[in-house]
Amino acid sequence: MNVATWVAIASSAVGAATPLVYAALGELVTERSGVLNLGVEGMMLVGAMSGFAMGVSSGSLWLAFLTAAGAGALIALLFGALTLSLQTNQVATGMALTLFGVGLSAFAGRSFVGLPIARVPPLHIPVLSDLPVLGPLLFRYDPLVYLSIVLCALIAWLLQRARAGLRLRAVGEAPAVAHSLGEPVTRIRYLAVLFGGAMSGIAGAYLSTALTPMWVEGMSAGRGWIALALVVFGTWKPWRVLGGAYLFGTVTVLQLYAQGLGVHIPSEFLSMLPYAATIVVLVVICRNPRTILLNQPASLGRSFHPGF
Amino acid sequence: MQPFDPRSWALRLERRAQPSATMRIASSPLAALAMLITGFLVLGALGKNALAAFNVFFVEPVSSLYGIGELLLKATPLMLCALGLAPGYRANVWNIGAEGQLTIGAIAGGGVGLFYGTVLGAWALPAMLTAAVLGGMAWAAIPAFLRSHFRTSEIFVSLMLVYIAQLFLSYLVHGPWRDPAGQNFPQTQSLPDNALIPVLFEGARVNLGFVFGLVLAAVSWWFGTVTAAGYRMRVGGLAPAAAAYAGISQRANIWLAMLIGGATAGLAGICEVAGPIGLLQPVISPGYGYAAIIVAFVGRLHPLGIVLASLLMSALYLGGESAQLELQLPSSVSGLFQGALLFFLLAAELFINFRLRRVRPARAAVARSA
Repeated sequence: MNVATWVAIASSAVGAATPLVYAALGELVTERSGVLNLGVEGMMLVGAMSGFAMGVSSGSLWLAFLTAAGAGALIALLFGALTLSLQTNQVATGMALTLFGVGLSAFAGRSFVGLPIARVPPLHIPVLSDLPVLGPLLFRYDPLVYLSIVLCALIAWLLQRARAGLRLRAVGEAPAVAHSLGEPVTRIRYLAVLFGGAMSGIAGAYLSTALTPMWVEGMSAGRGWIALALVVFGTWKPWRVLGGAYLFGTVTVLQLYAQGLGVHIPSEFLSMLPYAATIVVLVVICRNPRTILLNQPASLGRSFHPGF
Repeated sequence: MQPFDPRSWALRLERRAQPSATMRIASSPLAALAMLITGFLVLGALGKNALAAFNVFFVEPVSSLYGIGELLLKATPLMLCALGLAPGYRANVWNIGAEGQLTIGAIAGGGVGLFYGTVLGAWALPAMLTAAVLGGMAWAAIPAFLRSHFRTSEIFVSLMLVYIAQLFLSYLVHGPWRDPAGQNFPQTQSLPDNALIPVLFEGARVNLGFVFGLVLAAVSWWFGTVTAAGYRMRVGGLAPAAAAYAGISQRANIWLAMLIGGATAGLAGICEVAGPIGLLQPVISPGYGYAAIIVAFVGRLHPLGIVLASLLMSALYLGGESAQLELQLPSSVSGLFQGALLFFLLAAELFINFRLRRVRPARAAVARSA
């Protein structure tokens, strides 16, 4: 393979990784507040469907992403109301959110199946985009790719350096202590859940308007779950999650290229790779108990209510 | 702005001194009722006559002997999978990959039937059922091993294995197992007649699998209430620290929970393949393994509850199909109702341990100013 092929692989890997970056960063913030939302797959599908529908009917992609973020946040609010106000089990409620999101998006999106949509256009930066190798590698993505990296930097800075991030982490590590210090634990958790929903919604819309511009039932094909696994893989740290997402994007694209090249491995086995890779990296990360113990938010998945 | 404070509500949640026995039984019917009302509202909003829709959804599908057979037929895989998942959920082991274990069970059992069905004669069915159960268990053993040895979340692993199992099935029916005389359809040859599970009564498709489900429900009740292993699993889920102190092995609980779930899901898979489908094709189950999670919860993880919940869920599937034909509604409407049902159930379960209390405005004001 020549340089051009490798550049093409690398740049499509970035595209394949971007929805994972959005969904995983959103879930990272949610989990840092101590809430485990397993409904990422469902929120992504609702975002993919609503974003696509808005994009087709209004013709504006910005409106599409805004709608997707809003829709994602809205059904995340449902999750929040159940787990945070009504104290339901987070694992079961997250599963319910995924099943509900799959059903809702299939039901509401039925008239949009097979419609065409204008793909999110890549940026064209004068001079830089036209550079050989570096141009396609760095300067020819759509704005959402760059936004995802900016968001990653912003979240990393907020979590590590800003007061807001400290409060979020306190709520995730020791909600009772945070509560006794006057932190509004439930409100902070609500905000984190809503942010996670909005990011999953954007991730979904990126799938249906940028990566594969169309709407099909269940089009996220497990990406929401891979994003959840990426948060563990990245040990709840934004930059590592970003790196993990790019690694997964590369695996996904490499197996697609291998299928295209007619490698003598049945295509189904190549398609298994991203899922198998998820299992392998989880095992590698979880093997050392200290990695998880030191990094996982201490109260992840546990309900907290000051009134009871 | 005041921080979020439940005491400022006019209604307030209060922990009950003891869990309510009434609500424990009433929560599932209440959730089903809430889902029905939501269904009417949604159908009304879509401009459909709600009563006619109710008729199409719930009455017409079961107004014939064939229809009742279909209800039991669709309830079978849901019941089998949910019965296997429930002990795990009680023990805090979250196997959400029953769909994959079902698929591997279908492949293993179906493979035995396809290649040795005629040779084995009367032994074909027992061999296929055994192979399916072992196949499901083997698939569930992967997350069990990774969780008990490397602390890898069984949630992610069991789910990723669903996609891998489905791709493997797709490979088999597109490739080595494809029927050469099948005009390039991605499916295998039909199973020989002696490799098909006998139907329960003439004129319907429901087969012996439904009876397996009922027997397993009884076994599951016995396992949960009488055996020491069932007791250890419950303690492991309710109070992990106490369980560890009492010397209950969490590792044993994980293995047991996953293997039970895999076994029943595998059985569900072969009951589909050697039942209504009769061969292997790319899609064996329209999400029974996922819907079984809802069934397990709506049945409140109790065997009898699961039997009833699987019938309700099966009615939703049938209603969705009938609504697709007669009301031009997409069949995905059943998925929507299933998800909503679980939401309502989780909310209703709150009232087992809590109750709503009216707070007098004066008291609320005092609480606010405090």
